[in-house]
Amino acid sequence: MSSPRVGVLYSRVRVEEKLLFEAFERRGVTINLLDDSTLVFDITDVRQHPYQHFDVIVERCINHSRALYSLKILNDQGVKTVNTALVADICGNKLMTTSALAAAGVPQPKALVAYTPESALAAIESLGYPVVLKPTVGSWGRLLSKVNDRDAAESILEHKETLGSYHHSIFYIQEYVKKPGRDIRAFQIGSETICAIYRHSPNWITNTARGGRSENCPVTPEMADLCTRAARACGGGMVALDLFEDPDRGLLVNEVNYTMEFRNSIAPTGVDIPERMVDFCLRVAREGWDAANGFPPATSAHLATISLADGASA
Amino acid sequence: MALPTATGTTPCPECFADITLTDVMQHEITQCPGCGAELEVIGLAPLTLALAPQEEEDWGE
Repeated sequence: MSSPRVGVLYSRVRVEEKLLFEAFERRGVTINLLDDSTLVFDITDVRQHPYQHFDVIVERCINHSRALYSLKILNDQGVKTVNTALVADICGNKLMTTSALAAAGVPQPKALVAYTPESALAAIESLGYPVVLKPTVGSWGRLLSKVNDRDAAESILEHKETLGSYHHSIFYIQEYVKKPGRDIRAFQIGSETICAIYRHSPNWITNTARGGRSENCPVTPEMADLCTRAARACGGGMVALDLFEDPDRGLLVNEVNYTMEFRNSIAPTGVDIPERMVDFCLRVAREGWDAANGFPPATSAHLATISLADGASA
Repeated sequence: MALPTATGTTPCPECFADITLTDVMQHEITQCPGCGAELEVIGLAPLTLALAPQEEEDWGE
């Protein structure tokens, strides 16, 4: 096969995108950049659309909504993408992720969902303080609230209902897991957990985007098994998983991120993450999504929420 | 074919200090060494910078 025709759907060129572009260039692969700020999709045309010549389109949007809708349109048009709309749909929404992980029996912190401040307060009190309130869509530790008592709960719930858009009234309430001053960020590509880092922070939010310090974390067989099962539950692909170390329950999956950032993880792990990502993308281009993931298509009911065209990934 | 890039000097839109950039791409994010503002390359010819957009609610990984 000649060099695959690769598109990269993007918003901004950050460190991650430059590293990916350079990795593709080292393989002699010419990439076409698709700027999401200028795209216009004809979503009624699945036969003569301008993306049919791509062997794969790699999604690197900064907005979840743009990524999800673009991937859905492309997959319905029969274009292979990394990741797929299914993965974006599940991983881009914490409620969807938690539900998918639960259906697959993947250990995770307990989480409750409620739709009114009154029912949310009852849910919080049933878990016991402290709890963590999270927006279902969002990243980088944005708008997370650690709720320590009833006074705080009542105030935050009122603020979210009054000041937030409608989805802030989908109250996602997670048990507070007392972490040992760190959590784990693991990188999964297909069926392999390629590396992981500890993220240290004195703050309860350990995200490196908020100043957390990173250090190599050896990938244990237990961790690899957990990450592989979690990624598969979310549709596979290239994902970054946030894990908690619970003294009683072991590793718990907190989040699964589908447009992963990796700039702070290459040096401590010594793993060339962008090269591994390019390997996966080229394998999807040449052999398809299922072969690249190394497992058959998932068939659980919760994975059938998005209808993908024949020939599309997932 | 390599992706289009530009090299040159252009003023920071925040503090107006001259910034020298090398092999930058359209939409590349950079930072002014003078005032620390986060900037985005919005044009290659001529090389033009703008303040990077504020973080939106659904931005992330």
